[in-house]
Amino acid sequence: MQYSEKVMDHFMNPRNVGEIENADASGTVGNAKCGDIMKVTLKIENGVVVDAKFKTFGCGSAIATSSMATEMIKGKTLDEALRLTNKAVAEALDGLPPIKMHCSLLAEQAVKSALQEYFIKNNLLTDENRHFFDKLDEDAHDAG
Amino acid sequence: MSDVKRVYLDHAATTPVRPEVLDVMLPVFGRQYGNPSSFYRSGQEARRLVDQARQSVAACLHADPREIYFTSGGTESDNWAIKGTAAALGGKGRHIVTSRIEHHAVLHSCDALARQGYEITAVEVDADGLVSPEAVRAALRPDTILVSIMMANNEIGTIQPIREIGAICREHKVLFHTDAVQAAGALPIDVGDLNVDLLSISGHKFYAPKGVGVLYIRRGVRIANLLDGGAQESNRRAGTENVPGIVALARALELAVAEMPATAQLQSRLRDQLIEDVMSRIPHTRLNGHPTRRLPNNVNFSFEFIEGESILLMLDHFGYACSSGSACTSGSLDPSHVLLAIGLPHEIAHGSLRVTLGHSTQAEDLRRLTADLEQIVARLRAMSPLYEEKTQAGL
Ligand SMILES: Cc1ncc(COP(=O)(O)O)c(C=O)c1O
Repeated sequence: MQYSEKVMDHFMNPRNVGEIENADASGTVGNAKCGDIMKVTLKIENGVVVDAKFKTFGCGSAIATSSMATEMIKGKTLDEALRLTNKAVAEALDGLPPIKMHCSLLAEQAVKSALQEYFIKNNLLTDENRHFFDKLDEDAHDAG
Repeated sequence: MSDVKRVYLDHAATTPVRPEVLDVMLPVFGRQYGNPSSFYRSGQEARRLVDQARQSVAACLHADPREIYFTSGGTESDNWAIKGTAAALGGKGRHIVTSRIEHHAVLHSCDALARQGYEITAVEVDADGLVSPEAVRAALRPDTILVSIMMANNEIGTIQPIREIGAICREHKVLFHTDAVQAAGALPIDVGDLNVDLLSISGHKFYAPKGVGVLYIRRGVRIANLLDGGAQESNRRAGTENVPGIVALARALELAVAEMPATAQLQSRLRDQLIEDVMSRIPHTRLNGHPTRRLPNNVNFSFEFIEGESILLMLDHFGYACSSGSACTSGSLDPSHVLLAIGLPHEIAHGSLRVTLGHSTQAEDLRRLTADLEQIVARLRAMSPLYEEKTQAGL
């Protein structure tokens, strides 16, 4: 498997590993049967993601994309965090092998799943932002 | 980390060509390059090399030289044995018995036949990966034309009771093929004693180059040709002989057979030490494959709560080349069919690691591997949401 140096860096030295205690939101996606599970926890203050952490069971790119995705939303407003895409995560890692693109989608879904929980809990869902959560219904393994 | 010592521990995937083999093979490329089918002297010289190689391979397998056919490798030998038997005996019957843990060269050959209307029974294996001879007997039908059961498994190393299965096939007058690709050079092979009619081997698993193999076909057994063309290999396998490869395979097999008792003793000692060290130092680890009936060089673990590709990637970073049955390393969604067949749940099959020893393996390499593995597994578990659940549940 040929991974970029960025992927290897985020795999060997992952950022934001762990779980936030008393997190404001958490989301878990994937399943053990398919070989990848990601759990993202968020600390949110005044509409800003002040901290993000992850725990991942999965391959090298699953760990690297979790690390990168949490890194990309830290310090961002909820509105900005909602715009995270798997493409952006993959690009930030200087690309992923085609058969690993599903890992980046899973990372996006983990973040979105945590955000969705927060939006629902705090009555923030509107017709304008609802579509940002559409990707949660996709099967990550269909992503190419 | 390009300065770390590279330790190759994937000898079931392939082996380097050993110097003694290179020595006999290299001149055949440049100086003794004749075509064995040619009339003039250099051709006859090449013919002599191929004939000698055939005699030598026959002696190693306790076969007759007329029963040895050189091929392009294990995959071709398996395809030829299975499809050739099906084509020759399809009028007599269309049922083939194999096992759930065969190499894809066997399983996919059977799949191809299934698409042509043949019926395939893949017998189950037990939790150690053993095929029961009685299960094979029970699978036989009046229209069974072939049984194909591997001698030793490439992932978990389990060694099958080939002699007993062969005896049952003989009793029922059904042809018996064994894929001995992992066994050749590691275990004694006597085709008479094993009751086999067809047997596949591949050079690159025992320190010969890639792209050369053998199919043993018992005298009197008729199977259809896979490759049509020239009259090579007694009209049964067309194509100009891979003379350097054939010379190399023969030399490598001779050496492996001569060294077998010593190699087996050394490697099984290293193997058992590695198993003991890893199992005692890393909790939530299981050994896949049979505890004793296994290839001397094969170790296969599952580390719970973590995924195999990430283990391989960290090991690679620290200099070790190993392999895994996780889906992520196979490019498919499912983990290895072998690990599923021995009953592992998907998530545990995803966390497998295969370490296969070879001539270059030193006890010290394995001690370092154990220590590095302990750290790698701990690091990955610290990142795993599954581990956290288990530890919180008090397990
Ligand atoms: C058990 C088994 N059968 C068949 C093969 C295929 O052999 P080859 O690589 O020579 O085609 C292999 C090795 O890959 C193997 O391990």
